[in-house]
Amino acid sequence: MPTVASFEVSYLQYLDENSQAVNDLPDFAKDTNLLTGLYKDMLFARTLDYRAMSLQRMGKMGTYPGTLGQEAVGVGSGSCLGDDDVLVPYYRGSNTMIQHGVKPHELLLYWGGDERGSDFKNPRVRQDFPIAVPIATQCLHAAGVATAMKARGQTGRAVLTEIGEGGTSEGEFYEALNVAGVWNLPLVCVINNNQWAISVPAEMQTACETFAQKGIAAGIESLQVDGNDVIAVKDAVGRAMEKARSGGGPTLIEAICYRLCDHTTADDASRYDDPEAREEAWAKEPLKRLGDYLVNLGAVTKKQLEEFEVEAKEAVEKEVEIYFDTILNNPQPVGAMFDYLYAELPEKTKAQREEVIARDLRAREGG
Amino acid sequence: MPTVTLIEAVTMAMDHEMSVDEDVVVLGEDVGRNGGVFRATDGLQEKHGEDRVIDTPLAEAMIAGLSVGMAAQGMKPIAELQFMGFMFPAFNQIVTGAARLRNRTRGRLSVPLVVRMPYGGGIHAPEHHSESTEALFAHIPGLKVVTPSSPARAYGLLLAAIRDPDPVIFLEPKRIYRMVKQEIEDDGEAYPLETCFIDREGDDVTLVSWGATMHETLLAADELADEGISCEVIDIATIAPLDMPTIFDSVEKTGRVVIVQEAAKTGGVGSEIAAEISEHRLMSLIAPIGRVAGYDAIMPLAKMERHYMPQVVRITDEVKKVMDYS
Repeated sequence: MPTVASFEVSYLQYLDENSQAVNDLPDFAKDTNLLTGLYKDMLFARTLDYRAMSLQRMGKMGTYPGTLGQEAVGVGSGSCLGDDDVLVPYYRGSNTMIQHGVKPHELLLYWGGDERGSDFKNPRVRQDFPIAVPIATQCLHAAGVATAMKARGQTGRAVLTEIGEGGTSEGEFYEALNVAGVWNLPLVCVINNNQWAISVPAEMQTACETFAQKGIAAGIESLQVDGNDVIAVKDAVGRAMEKARSGGGPTLIEAICYRLCDHTTADDASRYDDPEAREEAWAKEPLKRLGDYLVNLGAVTKKQLEEFEVEAKEAVEKEVEIYFDTILNNPQPVGAMFDYLYAELPEKTKAQREEVIARDLRAREGG
Repeated sequence: MPTVTLIEAVTMAMDHEMSVDEDVVVLGEDVGRNGGVFRATDGLQEKHGEDRVIDTPLAEAMIAGLSVGMAAQGMKPIAELQFMGFMFPAFNQIVTGAARLRNRTRGRLSVPLVVRMPYGGGIHAPEHHSESTEALFAHIPGLKVVTPSSPARAYGLLLAAIRDPDPVIFLEPKRIYRMVKQEIEDDGEAYPLETCFIDREGDDVTLVSWGATMHETLLAADELADEGISCEVIDIATIAPLDMPTIFDSVEKTGRVVIVQEAAKTGGVGSEIAAEISEHRLMSLIAPIGRVAGYDAIMPLAKMERHYMPQVVRITDEVKKVMDYS
């Protein structure tokens, strides 16, 4: 019988787990200032993550999905976004969002239970979608944004979306890739394969050897990258975005890393995680990978890395202050639950709005 | 002035709006080359091009989700789902995506989307092609739900739905797609949403309905008039948000209400209307509120569907019951 189709999935890595360059680095990675910047951004991500956890533990913020061990995926991908691109993030997309210009305190506000956290104020991200909580729904929104760009002939723009490896079991993930393939949409989808969908390991999600090959079934270019190697992530996503912007169509990128934290603050990974696997994963984690490389290269000193930590903590605290100031001194009025339902509130609902406002007022006047 | 059926009025409204607003696009399964399985988009692709009348891959969730993304970029998609019975894969996107985006972003992004779908029984269609589940949509804050009962209303209400800055579920009563013709000026005049239409004035009892069952309701009103019972007949047209003041005014005048819906009785839109009247106009009532509805049974296949749907005699029987109170 003749073979009618065959495929390959490539794996991209520049720095191995010993921080040794295993391939000729892409041009951007020869700029050690740029690499140091990426390191600082990943460090900020990790510092924010720890602080968010502590805020939740202290009862000062709601459930929060951590990104520990996955910083290179978000920072590497997000650093490829330009002014005219649109990000359609999933719920673990904090670092990608921050890279594009969402303010960290906006993320704290959102996870702290205030919708204003999704009203991104930075003009650069006004068209970005808020975090998608229902799994894989964002992939279709992203394909829709890409459809609009294509319909309007807007070359030079592209859409980035992201999903967990568990999310790729959802039909809507495949529906988005399928239409992106058929219509050659300017769309890049990054799978954060962090090995876990809450407690279900990656090998229980699919019989495929890779998650990347799910894109091949949709007829789109698909590859795998080392998700602990920020250079590999940035290189792959950067090239895919450029391809999308210039009319070359969609790409699916699977970034392999390990979720070193619980699924969210409401989860306890010790119930299912393998301690040995986690320890092995710590040896491959992205900050150490790039930090050691920069130190070995002589681009930064170990002392500087420590100074970066202090700077990151200070920067995070500034964001936490804005968060507290907003929720304590400038809370949303209760009527806001009605104010954005429609462009104009229906007559039938106006009485309910007045009721909740009056009750709130009475409760506060009553002490 | 063209004389058109309800479905031709739907086509006319889309054609008009596509001609004056380049952001309006039509997408769905078979809407392009084939002009839609009911021919609602007949001729639109030839006139407006493949880029604006888009045949999509076969996936309802995708049609809805894609539309959310397009709308967030300022386009005005009109998405067609072939039958209401197939909207369930899209329901997730309509509820978690379309209905919420404005609220989630505090008004930063919005979804000026129309999702059209034929609904209701009476055409001897296969399984899953005949249901009326409008109450599922009416329950969702952030959505508007509209259904026309005549060609003129199809034209005027669809124009309003397309121009509305928020997502509108536009339900097309397919049983009356080609039942009557009306003269309609293609003048781009929209009808107001959130507004009931009083189709007949009367003094004894208020009949409230929408969509295809407006036909049976008006026939019942004719029969009852012959027997000396004067019915006021209201087409709610916008199922959500409801225009209750028009219904309240009528109830104050007649003191009796019968609500007619094709959907299953429990938890239907009629239940909400009855509850609103009980809450706000109890003292105007001189009789219990009557409801004529589809039974709380799975919509039967073709052989039995006529027994399920509200017929004229069920409406006249119910009106006579409430007329016993004075």
